[in-house]
Amino acid sequence: MLRRTIRPKDLTSPDELAELLDRHDYLADDGLATAAFLALRMRRPLFLEGEAGVGKTELAKTLATLLKAPLIRLQCYEGLDASQALYDWDFARQLLHLKTAEAAGVADAARLEGEIYDRRFLIARPLLKALETQPSVLLVDEIDRADDEFEAFLLEVLSDFTISIPELGTVRADSPPVVVVTSNRTREVHDALKRRCLYHWLEHPGFDREVAILLRRLPGCTETLATQVARAAGRLRGAGLVKPPGVAETLDWTEALLTLGARELDPGRAAATLGAALKYREDVERVLGDGLLAHG
Amino acid sequence: MDDLAATITAFTRTLRAAGVAADQERAQAMLRALDHLDLAEPGDVYWAGRLTLCAGPDDLPRYDRCFAAYFGGARAAVSRAATTSVTRHTAAESGERRGDGEAAPAVASRTEVLRHRDVARLTEAERAEVHRMLSLLSGRRPVRRSRRHESARRGGLDRRRTVREALKQGEVARLLRRRHTTRPRRVVLFVDVSGSMAPYAETLLRFAHALVRTGPRATAVYSIGTRLTQVTAELRHRDPGTALDQVSRAIPDWSGGTRLGEELREFLTRRSARGAIVVIASDGWERGDPSLLGAQMARLARQAHRVIWVNPHKGYEDYQPLTGGMRAALPHLDDLVAGHSLAAYEALSERLAHA
Repeated sequence: MLRRTIRPKDLTSPDELAELLDRHDYLADDGLATAAFLALRMRRPLFLEGEAGVGKTELAKTLATLLKAPLIRLQCYEGLDASQALYDWDFARQLLHLKTAEAAGVADAARLEGEIYDRRFLIARPLLKALETQPSVLLVDEIDRADDEFEAFLLEVLSDFTISIPELGTVRADSPPVVVVTSNRTREVHDALKRRCLYHWLEHPGFDREVAILLRRLPGCTETLATQVARAAGRLRGAGLVKPPGVAETLDWTEALLTLGARELDPGRAAATLGAALKYREDVERVLGDGLLAHG
Repeated sequence: MDDLAATITAFTRTLRAAGVAADQERAQAMLRALDHLDLAEPGDVYWAGRLTLCAGPDDLPRYDRCFAAYFGGARAAVSRAATTSVTRHTAAESGERRGDGEAAPAVASRTEVLRHRDVARLTEAERAEVHRMLSLLSGRRPVRRSRRHESARRGGLDRRRTVREALKQGEVARLLRRRHTTRPRRVVLFVDVSGSMAPYAETLLRFAHALVRTGPRATAVYSIGTRLTQVTAELRHRDPGTALDQVSRAIPDWSGGTRLGEELREFLTRRSARGAIVVIASDGWERGDPSLLGAQMARLARQAHRVIWVNPHKGYEDYQPLTGGMRAALPHLDDLVAGHSLAAYEALSERLAHA
């Protein structure tokens, strides 16, 4: 394992980054390696879109490990607002401070105001924290689950990497964080936001890559099992299921098989562990009914 | 402009002709990306362009075609525009039925009579009158809770204003409260434009137009038949006639069959109806497998806030949901309502406002 710290500007080519990711057990293809390389070198946010479980979040985690930078994660949800994403004032401590001042006989309102809107009463939420922490990797996860109003202020932050706090002034990042935005594409994200980013559509890995990922991530896995699981996963993805399994699911599935001591994909154990790969009852029933697990 | 910049500018022009929204700003981003990459590597040029010029999976096949044509040497292979030829009928043509010219009493009572008549049985003039009234429909929109707050007498604690007030007073005199404001709730409307729905399709799309006009950002309209087509953008035009014209050009499968199940599955795979009010306007004549439709309706019902089915035939007393599609969908519906007359659409609009 490398000991030295990797700085984005030292990277010379996508291939070099692919190899570094490889050392941290993340196998990226040319497209993804180029996308991540450009995101680091151009200091441009990376917008990763694709079905659930293709490794979008995992890339951000691996980049953080690689750069020895903390990963700051903002999980999006409907109703996410500025006080959860940017910053919030610590109300309880502000009141406590006022009470103490009152007890000490301080009545100068202007001075009190200056005191309670101080940085120490400010709670940094992920976006502010990412600007204040250098270096850092900011993961804005599942942006498609947030409201479009949230996109608007995320766009503001990502445009010039500043956050203005009316009571305190403007916080600016000297060197912007590495930003990874992910979306499962349950709705269209506004073009203005994508325009600020490098856009990459992540596919399910091909057969060879998936076998390689399984062997790499699960040391006890035999080549036979990896091959069979990857082939079965390919069939499941082509079967028009409600939720086709991603790499995350094939990894879980293989791990479940290994836990049961399987050295190859026999129908009994495959059926027993199918819940690790498929998350809808309809899908499980269909796969078992149609005999999609049969060797082929 | 140097050679590289000229090449990229010309390439983005080709892309735009093929339907990828690659503007100047994106072209600049591609040039900046190339600064960090190896121009001699065809792969690097490909990825620099794909990462900066594309904005969705739909763009990728177009980009690939253009890239191959442009940098592979055969530029002529790229067609000027990605417009597919469409067959065009209007609902009025296929669904015209002459009513008997009745006597014309006072305008008011005539309107009242018209209000309850089946639009499939109207004369052209009467239908125009109904459509005019439909365009006047400006129902209130259903709302959901938003992330913004406004001050209110009861509700959660407004910490920011309480602290401000305390500063002014020198002590915490009272607790100020706030509540969430509301935003329009999303409405997703599916309009069946297949053959059996032809007499109603135009009226339904006019209803859709009125709906889009009252909430352009919170409404999505799809036509269903043999293909799922989004027509929201076309319906945003202020004038109903122009909007309808654009829609009829956008819909490729007027008066064909219906594969509701498959199309709903396509919608649910690529989009989501989470928290939305879903309105399906169809007679439920499903040509595909009704059990597939049932399964998709179940998924839809789990995601949506409410699922309302509008069936033109529901307006008749002897109506029974007998078609295969209707029976498969029925267990998953919140409401099954009529959709044959102006009065029915007014009732639907009212129902949406309070959903």
